[in-house]
Amino acid sequence: MNIDLVIGILNIVLISTTPLVFAGIGELVTEKSGVLNLGLEGLMLVGAVTGFITLVLTGNYFYSLFFSIISGVILSGMFAFLVLNLITNQIATGLALTIFGIGLSAMLGKKFSGTPIEGLNPYYFIVISFLLVFMVSYFLSNTKSGLIVRAVGEDHNSAYALGYNVIKTRYMTIIFGGVMSSLAGFYISICYAPMWQEGMTAGRGWIALALVVFATWKPWRLLVGAYIFGGVAIMQMNLQAIGVKLPGQFFNMMPYLATIIVLVFISSNKLRLRLSAPASLNIPFEKDQ
Amino acid sequence: MVYLINIKLREDYSNLIFYLSPIVAVFLTLFFGSFIFLILDLSPIESFKIFFISPISNSYGISELFVKATPLAIIALGLSYCFKNNIYNIGAEGQLTMGAIFGGGIGLLFNDSTSILLLPLMILFGAIGGAFWATIPALLKTKFNTNEILTSLMLTYVALFILDYLVVGPWKDPAGYGLPKSMPFPDAGRLPVLIDGLRIHIGVYFAIIICLISYIVYNKTLFGFKLKVSGFSSKASQYAGFKYKNLIFYTFIISGACAGLAGLFEVSGPIGLLYRDISPNYGFTAIIVAFLGRLNPLGIILSSLLIALTYLGAEDAQLFLKIPSAVGFVFQGLVLFFLLGTDFLNKYKVSIS
Repeated sequence: MNIDLVIGILNIVLISTTPLVFAGIGELVTEKSGVLNLGLEGLMLVGAVTGFITLVLTGNYFYSLFFSIISGVILSGMFAFLVLNLITNQIATGLALTIFGIGLSAMLGKKFSGTPIEGLNPYYFIVISFLLVFMVSYFLSNTKSGLIVRAVGEDHNSAYALGYNVIKTRYMTIIFGGVMSSLAGFYISICYAPMWQEGMTAGRGWIALALVVFATWKPWRLLVGAYIFGGVAIMQMNLQAIGVKLPGQFFNMMPYLATIIVLVFISSNKLRLRLSAPASLNIPFEKDQ
Repeated sequence: MVYLINIKLREDYSNLIFYLSPIVAVFLTLFFGSFIFLILDLSPIESFKIFFISPISNSYGISELFVKATPLAIIALGLSYCFKNNIYNIGAEGQLTMGAIFGGGIGLLFNDSTSILLLPLMILFGAIGGAFWATIPALLKTKFNTNEILTSLMLTYVALFILDYLVVGPWKDPAGYGLPKSMPFPDAGRLPVLIDGLRIHIGVYFAIIICLISYIVYNKTLFGFKLKVSGFSSKASQYAGFKYKNLIFYTFIISGACAGLAGLFEVSGPIGLLYRDISPNYGFTAIIVAFLGRLNPLGIILSSLLIALTYLGAEDAQLFLKIPSAVGFVFQGLVLFFLLGTDFLNKYKVSIS
């Protein structure tokens, strides 16, 4: 095999996988604190479109990034208010966020669809994504705040009894997750594509969600998993190009099937499940109980 | 003067608030929706007219309303069994797709059939396909304790890729100019329409029958009672000697069969063949319908009509207001946000002193 081809493929894998790392690492922290946010796809799309519109209007990458992040803060803050203060069902609220985000981004972006922009160099963000994984890993396992996040996610009643502010901690982690998702969206519309198109995240939010489970809630495994998922997607195109007769859809469903298998593997053993999944995931916290 | 907001767990359960909150949620959605139209430089009143009134101002529009509401109602009625049991099957979109593949596959297999038995067979296989796809998360949950939310969601995408594979591969219509779609089903495999020239089909009857059966099951049968008990507390249900694992199975199979039925109705009704985008997110939107209808069979019928209207309104808005039809999703998302939010008042008493 030609060495240039290999480098070329690795380069594409590196560029195309980064949004999964961003969205995945954000969701990982959110889930570590016991909240399941199914709104990733919506957050990514709105992040992508706000970044894009700001760039078209101002021509400034910094503003573009800033407003993209702000959109993530606002939307995930809204999600946090609903699930934490109004104690709504996390599944339903997350789905509502995704549906809302798909609609909102399409509406806002209509006028800007097809506007050409000059993309940003993706390599900065690739480096940042690696640094983020390192920082999150260090934060969760080596800092006191990280320990509090995990305590809240494992048993919110005990954490509350010990005097930790469960609601505040979860606000932080949800908003961190939201910002990471909108960053993933920003990356897609400004660096990766670079353009805006309705629904352009193409299900990456769901893959990122699968990724967190696939990685059994561990940051470094998430990074590896992201590159496996991303690699499989790119490999599919190249295998088809050299004439391998396996249907592409088979590769596309691999991440989802692999996640189910991992989920079965960790869930079938009680101890393994306790060592992997946050015990309070998707369980509402009510002080008055 | 200092005002304090007191929030207390409600001791008296209020039926009034329970059934009023969907209505409040709809009005809040309209209120916020008018802001969205203002931002887009459109007159809210004109826009609402185009969105909510003009789509159903003629017989064609009303027929289309039922065409959209039928799958939503059937899926949501099925989901209500799961949700009542506190089981979160969010993979109805995948079960719908499997129903379309199984039932539609029968239609393609016997594509020269003129037998009146073909359609009933397709309907049966549609339900089986959906139920089969729903059995997987149920089995994984009961055998391996796997989270059904994640597995049912993941399986949705697997099902969508299977359909995609079939319509670009083995089931592609040889005479279809290479387009990713199957041959059309034979006439014997098409769902009869209720009124000539309109698309409203006999799926409506199925929705009504499922609604009535669900009402009886929930209110008059032991099974309905078991669902209610285990919905409140799965432990209580186990103490009472109910086989909780069986309940998980039954509710998953019922909801999967309903979703599969809806999928088959879509492909053998309005569409007439298999292709990639057989459902505009019906499986996910039905979750909104089920919640908005308060898991009450009659409520679900009403909410399915309302949500169906957001689909129609969005199409008209695209045509006449030149805004993307995705605006319908904005309304669907908002209404669910507000509904979930107003549910807070159902659970807590808020007073200002």
